Amino acid sequence: MPHDHHDHDHDHDHHHHGLSPSGHPYRQDDDAPLTYWQRMEIAVRELLIEKGVTTAAEVAAQIDLMDSRSPANGAAVVARAWTDPAFKERLLQNAGDASREMGFDIGPLHLIAVENTAETHNLIVCTLCSCYPRNLLGLPPDWYKTRAYRSRAVREPRAVLAEFGVELPDSTTIRVHDSTADMRYIVLPARPAGTEDLREAELAAWVTRDSMIGTGLPRAPQNATQGG
Amino acid sequence: MGGDEAGPVPKEGHDFALWEKRVDALMVLCSSKGHFTVDGLRRALEDMGEDAFEKHSYYERWIAAVNQNLIEGGVYTLEELATRMEVVAQRGTTYGEATHDRADHRNG
Repeated sequence: MPHDHHDHDHDHDHHHHGLSPSGHPYRQDDDAPLTYWQRMEIAVRELLIEKGVTTAAEVAAQIDLMDSRSPANGAAVVARAWTDPAFKERLLQNAGDASREMGFDIGPLHLIAVENTAETHNLIVCTLCSCYPRNLLGLPPDWYKTRAYRSRAVREPRAVLAEFGVELPDSTTIRVHDSTADMRYIVLPARPAGTEDLREAELAAWVTRDSMIGTGLPRAPQNATQGG
Repeated sequence: MGGDEAGPVPKEGHDFALWEKRVDALMVLCSSKGHFTVDGLRRALEDMGEDAFEKHSYYERWIAAVNQNLIEGGVYTLEELATRMEVVAQRGTTYGEATHDRADHRNG
């Protein structure tokens, strides 16, 4: 099976019954009752392959590509911006081109990096659907796609941030950026105190996914014991 | 949806199932090949009405939107879809059984 590599990120707390025709155990999602929408996915995929729009290998390769993208990509970009002022300037000017310099595939999208400072905190949302800087962060977390987050991020961002444990002084300006199909945002968080002696590769470890969405702050060596 | 009132943001997540990853892959591939645009998907999603967000999961809505755009774009017909979905249902009662992976049959 060409897609055998995709099950590594699934929890294996579910007992697998039986084997697939190729002799491999089914994934946990493979042995639940077939739903209407799963039937539609199978039918659409097969029709697309028969019509020559795509191939099974291409679908599998696309899944592999998406699986390989994680917030570690974004963290590497952030860490470079923290340590290389010229890179940071290029990133804030054109985040797509700056990320491509580091070898990341950004696609045709317009990517904009917004910088958190002592005065300004940035928060990213897609009120229309779920646009997300997936090329740098992987697929969006479930909460990013919920109606609650999408509705409230633009209405009461301070309250939403508080739910995520981010309490900002009233003096901090909160800017909410609503993504579009062609325009994605990524937050460049402020470099945490206590990281002055760390090098680029070490710094990336402190950059969390949520800090690049704006619903979190980077972990900091000083409060690491609290789980940051 | 932006600006509406809503309850607390639910934080629990889940790993993506294979069929969900496939929906995502089909969306990206068909979009990059020009069969529809993200705006076309969005229009289909918004046409579903607000209660679709309560009744259906994220990738359920997406496969519905992908399908609608492909039919509207003439890639295949509604009849072809209905016929194929029936064939798929005949194969078995689980996703694993119903997935007719040609590579599987060729290789093993």
